[in-house]
Amino acid sequence: MTEPLKRPSKKNPQKRTVLPTLPPHARSRKALAFTAAAAEGVLKLQQCAACTHITYPPREICPKCWSMDLSWVPVSEGGELVSETTLRTSINTHFRERMPWRIGTVQLDAGPSVLAHVHGDVEAYSRVRVIARTDKSGQGVMMALPEKETPNMADDRQLRALTCDPKFRRVLITDGRTELGQAMARALADAGASIVFVGIAEAWRPYAGSAELAGIPGVEIMPLDITDTISVEELAGEIGGKTDILINTAEYVRPGGAMERDGVVTARDEMEINYFGLMRLIQAFGPGMKFRGADGDNSACAWVNLLSVYALSNWAAFGTTSASQAAAYSLSQCLRGELAGSGVKVMNVLFGPLDESWRQPLPPPKVTPKRLARTVVESLQQGLENVTLGPVAEDVVRRFREDPMVLERELTQIQLG
Amino acid sequence: MSQKHTRRRTSYDGIVVTVPVSVAYERYSPEPAHWWLGRALSKLGESADIGAGDIDGLCASSFTLFPDTAVGLSQHFGLTPRWLDHIPTGGASGVIALRRAARAVQSGDANVVACIAGDTNHVDSFRSMLTSFSRFSQDASYPYGSGGPNGSFALMTRDYMNTYDVTREDFGKLCVAQRKNALNFPTALMKSPLSLEQYLDARRISDPITLYDCVMPCAGAEGYLVMSEDRARELRLPFARVLSTIERHNAFPDDAVQIRGGWALDKDEFWDMAGVAPCDIDLLQTYDDYPVVIAMQFEDLGFCEKGTAGEFIRANTFTTDGSFPHNTSGGQLSVGQAGAAGGYLGIVEAIRQLTGGAADNAVAGAKLAAVAGFGMINFDRGLCSAAAILAGEDA
Amino acid sequence: MTTKKNILSDIGQALLSGEIDTIDLTHTLDPDFPVIVLPPEFGQCARFRVEEVSRYDERGPAWYWRNFSCGEHTGTHFDAPVHWISGKDLPDAAVDSIPPDAFVGPVCVFDCSAESQADEDFLLTPNFIRKWEESHGKIQAGSWVLMRTDWSKRSGAEYLNMRDDGAHTPGPDADAMRYLIDKRDIRGFGTETVGTDAGQATHLSPPYPAHYLLHGANRYGLQCLANLDKLPATGAILVCPPLKIKHGSGSPLRVLALVDRSAP
Repeated sequence: MTEPLKRPSKKNPQKRTVLPTLPPHARSRKALAFTAAAAEGVLKLQQCAACTHITYPPREICPKCWSMDLSWVPVSEGGELVSETTLRTSINTHFRERMPWRIGTVQLDAGPSVLAHVHGDVEAYSRVRVIARTDKSGQGVMMALPEKETPNMADDRQLRALTCDPKFRRVLITDGRTELGQAMARALADAGASIVFVGIAEAWRPYAGSAELAGIPGVEIMPLDITDTISVEELAGEIGGKTDILINTAEYVRPGGAMERDGVVTARDEMEINYFGLMRLIQAFGPGMKFRGADGDNSACAWVNLLSVYALSNWAAFGTTSASQAAAYSLSQCLRGELAGSGVKVMNVLFGPLDESWRQPLPPPKVTPKRLARTVVESLQQGLENVTLGPVAEDVVRRFREDPMVLERELTQIQLG
Repeated sequence: MSQKHTRRRTSYDGIVVTVPVSVAYERYSPEPAHWWLGRALSKLGESADIGAGDIDGLCASSFTLFPDTAVGLSQHFGLTPRWLDHIPTGGASGVIALRRAARAVQSGDANVVACIAGDTNHVDSFRSMLTSFSRFSQDASYPYGSGGPNGSFALMTRDYMNTYDVTREDFGKLCVAQRKNALNFPTALMKSPLSLEQYLDARRISDPITLYDCVMPCAGAEGYLVMSEDRARELRLPFARVLSTIERHNAFPDDAVQIRGGWALDKDEFWDMAGVAPCDIDLLQTYDDYPVVIAMQFEDLGFCEKGTAGEFIRANTFTTDGSFPHNTSGGQLSVGQAGAAGGYLGIVEAIRQLTGGAADNAVAGAKLAAVAGFGMINFDRGLCSAAAILAGEDA
Repeated sequence: MTTKKNILSDIGQALLSGEIDTIDLTHTLDPDFPVIVLPPEFGQCARFRVEEVSRYDERGPAWYWRNFSCGEHTGTHFDAPVHWISGKDLPDAAVDSIPPDAFVGPVCVFDCSAESQADEDFLLTPNFIRKWEESHGKIQAGSWVLMRTDWSKRSGAEYLNMRDDGAHTPGPDADAMRYLIDKRDIRGFGTETVGTDAGQATHLSPPYPAHYLLHGANRYGLQCLANLDKLPATGAILVCPPLKIKHGSGSPLRVLALVDRSAP
């Protein structure tokens, strides 16, 4: 049984902060497809189109029939632990600092046997569930979990290294003025975050739900206006050193394309919040989080950006908002690149129309703020980096992956009806 | 894997191996691999009293020679060979070099082949060598704790111990015997005796592997010459005959965990070609980076049935004066693992034993030796296996 | 000629000696200072923002400077007649074309602080003005008129005082504006609140009477003023030149008042 995680003690101010070190990050280009799937929490292996053989490690050619046509497919997570060891030395500094470390060989139901990290509750030679996740280096790895949930399972040291569990972590939600921000605060508090800092811009303007928000245990209201560099810097000065998870709930959405707008004032507001706001947060909070990627049980671990799925391909009905979301998505990729090596994951949640006032006339299905908040918490607990939420977003993402140019044609053709 | 249509290997009649040289190992060396390989070559020249003009075949193995290969060595060493091979099979390289050089000489592609292997060991070179070993390892092995070979062999050892009747004591017995052999081998890096208690109580490395299951990386080099028996007689060099050799790669790819090596595919032909049986062998040199591999070699080469290595170990003694002399110089476990030279250690020692070159660790009356190699952990298992049977001049 | 010269010279002497006090009626341009909030589907007033260009660093080793941005109606600001639809076609009605003598002149201050404290929706009426004139004399034509409410002493949410039905802040009613413009020919009207109109002025007739009537008559507005409690009811001189923005509808500005300390 996993020892339940204890609330981390206060940091000893006389001790130097442990700097992030990394598990091996080098991978072949082929293996990056595994990583990409792992970032979504999906275990994918290569399958031969000709003979259906499933192969691992990543190859260029089917070892059974020599077909070059190998494609990545989701496979069953089931398997059996056929051998294991507990490493007590390592040639890698990251692991050396974390010894002992349990690994094992799993015979997957899908066919191949694989090396995997092994959860402490897995019994010898038992059935396991093998998950794919990104590790602190940002690359995909497998971990064998007990087939059935065990007590305090999420607190396993090796599993927690792959996840961004909010438990005992300090979270900043950048905009608490909206229903989304407030749902997020509640979800994070319920998930065991030790502090939920909630940014409130323009406290001189009242907002719905303020009293309820302030009443959530663990919530601390902080002045934060992400359009104001000084405000962002001041808050980072105050809590940047103890922000373990940052969830950017600020968004600015207005219907309309470029031609039907007069001027760029609204588009500028969109960019101020969706793009420059994110950049200000990155500049103010990024360095501190990057530094604290290995800072104990409540190390900095995740940066969450909530993005409209139309960041992938423009939807003219919300054309300039889509453009600002595309800019934000691109910046989020930049952030991922800049945080690489820190152990801090960048989670992008691409969602379909949110059920809020600016999208009120849109038809269902919509994503409720509560659902989005719950998804963020679950995805943090699972350690995901790329999340797609809602039927509309799933549809757009699927089409985008099939062929972005066809999707572009679909979204820009004359709208019928 | 179909064996039905495979042509049988032809014999190595008339080919001999001679002039075993070892360059004394050092834990760390500031010299590059070129120095170590060069020293092995110069020792071959000194011992055989030959020069560059006498050597027309070169075969080299090294992990730390980058950016060079055997090609660059020819110019570096002033050789103009008409046959050249660079063998990247690690712990199997010594036997594989012998096999290929023997065929080269047999076919007339070369008269005298110098086979050399060597590596340096800088303070951080072992770590950097491991992290650039292979693509499969990079993609699918290192990220899981970076235990290096310790982790891979621990998984094999655990599975093997779980499957067959073998104990830590059995593995310990092999290690203790090798250390005893090493005490009579002047250049072994491990110079103090090892007891079974020490073995069993040693620091845990990667369960169930403990400290004395592991080799110590070091710098060193080994070498020998391959030529025709006639040429050896002309040069008045004591030699051993090549009775049989095999190599095999990526055998049993579908075993979930490696529990056998490629020898098992080839052992019948291996013994048939030599015209001897396992019981005729006077000494065996196995590749001994982790005792579990020794157990596999005992079984897969036919010294005992599969799964009975434990029993075999309990029934025999493995010192130079034992019932089954094994790794008579102390093996890599006690001499040290000088990179690719580790794959040469056994064959060079076997030649010494058969040519009267072994001193205090000589096996009395040794006439037939078997040597096995095993190498290149790729992802989760060793891919290369090889073996040879050598006979003394008078055998 | 000599008299005029003497007046300025006297003022100069009085300024130097401290007999004339210079009062700052301006709020600091602060990113977090409230601006007017319109229904969300309308365009909004830009907040004051600054971005550093360099600060004795690699972006400029020996100098510190910043870019700032804001709306024409951010912070303590001036409203030109073209700000409102009623003034859109008037001559010389943008900040760059308003004759400069409009920016300096005598100022009357109505103290509505007690009334505003009692009633956050207090409306200034002609009646109030007539009473004020009974005590302080008739408002001179061409004067600036400022409505003191002590609203500038409020901060945070109290300042806009927004509720679900809109803002609740004091301001003038339509008749008061007509009285000041038609009967007294004032030059401009200023308040401490975020606009020259009351918070609920959308429900007056005409809506936003201060804006509508003042600017329709080519008069000016000042808002977000501070320190009005430091001014006498009459006798001070207001100095309020806006930035000379081409065809500007208004401008943030520094508003000063000269007060004669020796006056009774």
